[in-house]
Amino acid sequence: MRAMSEVGTKTCICYSSAQDFAEVHRKIRRTKMLDVRNLTYEVFENGEKVTIVKDINFTVEDGEMLVITGPNGGGKSTVAKLLMGVLAATGGEILLDGRDITGMSVDERAKAGIGYAFQQPPVFKGMTIRRLLNLAAGVVLPEHVCCDLLSSVGMCAAEYLDREVDATLSGGERKRVEIATVLAKSHKVCIFDEPEAGIDLWSFSVLVDEFEKIHREKKETLLLISHQERIIRMADRILVIRDGAVEKCGNAEEMLPTLFGENRECTCINRKGGSGYGIGCGNK
Amino acid sequence: MELDAVTSNVLKEIDTNGFKQEGAYNLRYNGQALCHGDSEHIKIRRKEDKPGVDVYISGEAKGEQVHIPVVISKSGMNDVVYNDFYIEEGADVVIVAGCGIHNSGCNETRHDGIHAFHVGKNAKVVYEEKHYGEGEGTGENVLNPVTQIYLGEGSSFTLDTAQIRGVDSTERRTDVDMGPGSRLMVMEKLMTHDKQSAVSNMEVRMNGDGSSAQIVSRSVAKGTSRQTFHPNAVGNALCKAHIQCDSIIMDEAQVCSIPEIDARHIDAQIIHEAAIGRINTEQLLKLRSFGMTEEEAEAVIIDNFLK
Repeated sequence: MRAMSEVGTKTCICYSSAQDFAEVHRKIRRTKMLDVRNLTYEVFENGEKVTIVKDINFTVEDGEMLVITGPNGGGKSTVAKLLMGVLAATGGEILLDGRDITGMSVDERAKAGIGYAFQQPPVFKGMTIRRLLNLAAGVVLPEHVCCDLLSSVGMCAAEYLDREVDATLSGGERKRVEIATVLAKSHKVCIFDEPEAGIDLWSFSVLVDEFEKIHREKKETLLLISHQERIIRMADRILVIRDGAVEKCGNAEEMLPTLFGENRECTCINRKGGSGYGIGCGNK
Repeated sequence: MELDAVTSNVLKEIDTNGFKQEGAYNLRYNGQALCHGDSEHIKIRRKEDKPGVDVYISGEAKGEQVHIPVVISKSGMNDVVYNDFYIEEGADVVIVAGCGIHNSGCNETRHDGIHAFHVGKNAKVVYEEKHYGEGEGTGENVLNPVTQIYLGEGSSFTLDTAQIRGVDSTERRTDVDMGPGSRLMVMEKLMTHDKQSAVSNMEVRMNGDGSSAQIVSRSVAKGTSRQTFHPNAVGNALCKAHIQCDSIIMDEAQVCSIPEIDARHIDAQIIHEAAIGRINTEQLLKLRSFGMTEEEAEAVIIDNFLK
């Protein structure tokens, strides 16, 4: 077994296997891939200033998976849009791998290394899935690569590759294509805004496996916005945003019990004075 | 025969299948037939009474192509041509037409192609027509095509037209008379820029029971250009028609879409959809999230829309 202790700036590491050695050193090499400082977004409505996101601070380490969760309307998607440049921050700084990208446009941020899956991807009449994947990759992808990309989001290439990204695709299918476009190229940070939304259970399971694989292999730094317990449980760290501000942030081990509870009770039935007939209810 | 560079370049634009002096073909150059050839099943004959050709396609023609491009490089020319196509029962052909003008002068150069298609029973025709203008001159390029299509019982006709650039003024007139069980597919693509103007009038008369028509028009208007679409589907029998006009409007352009559907039979089902709008900002954002600049993303959207 290995042990690691820190005293001041000195780090003392003991390890007992080559795998352990690699693991420890990879962690030491970790850098702040994304550093968000005092991120603020204000708009004027009817002449009055309204703060949508206020003073948000967080970092995502290289190879880490951070999940942002929280109630609807709390500002999670706004944070994602501010990171990609879809919305322009009115305050704060965003550093990607040490480089200030706050003033950059969407395309400049993409070139700097951010991949972004929209929550509601657009319809492209006349655009085949194949062409969209090629545009996403910036090169013409060989057939087998397109196949792998679609398989990783639970789609069969033979059936879909030459279909158009139009209204004939269901919302869930468009969403999976959207995720495949982000996976088509390697990025420093990939942002997925509610990747699970509108996706059927079977495809969701394939998608979770894909995120797990990316995370396990530390191929990309991942930032996911999600309400889904399976995705939240995969995270290294969890950030809860409520009312436009960080409510809490911490390691998965310490955050999960506060989010889901280890001894869950069906409080709704308790409140209603019910008889506790709900499946899995531990209420008394 | 050897073709000069200007002609070869214009041909590349208007005949994307690749013009070759093989099989059945007729190249009209500055108002004259420059070269022509027949195939076993397709014969091209020069008209005696007026400019143009008669093209006879036998029922034995299966999967054959006929190429009849027009190239004008003489500024100030006003070329009118009448081409008639007689397609026998059971034939299956691709007819590639198109006109390209290279205008290096200051005079208006004009080509009016009046084409009539007499399509026999169960014949299958794909007609491709591309219009294109180029040249460093200030003279306007004008193309006013007239297309008349008569569809026999059970026949099918695909009309694929495209005008992507360089044509200052166009007024297109298309008339289709449809027999029983015949099918018509129309794909019209148009892009105008600068001060160009384009008008497309079409009337499809579904006269026979079981006839069906699908008309798709996609256009992009840039600069201060103006476009007007007026397709009319007339249902005189048990028939189905679907007209769909989509336009992207940019800059100071003007697009006018006039839907007209005219049912004169209890079993006529006709639908018209028309939409005009600016470039979809969500599509722009998505493409920019791939690293494309706004201009690059716009070009991809337009190219894709007109594909």
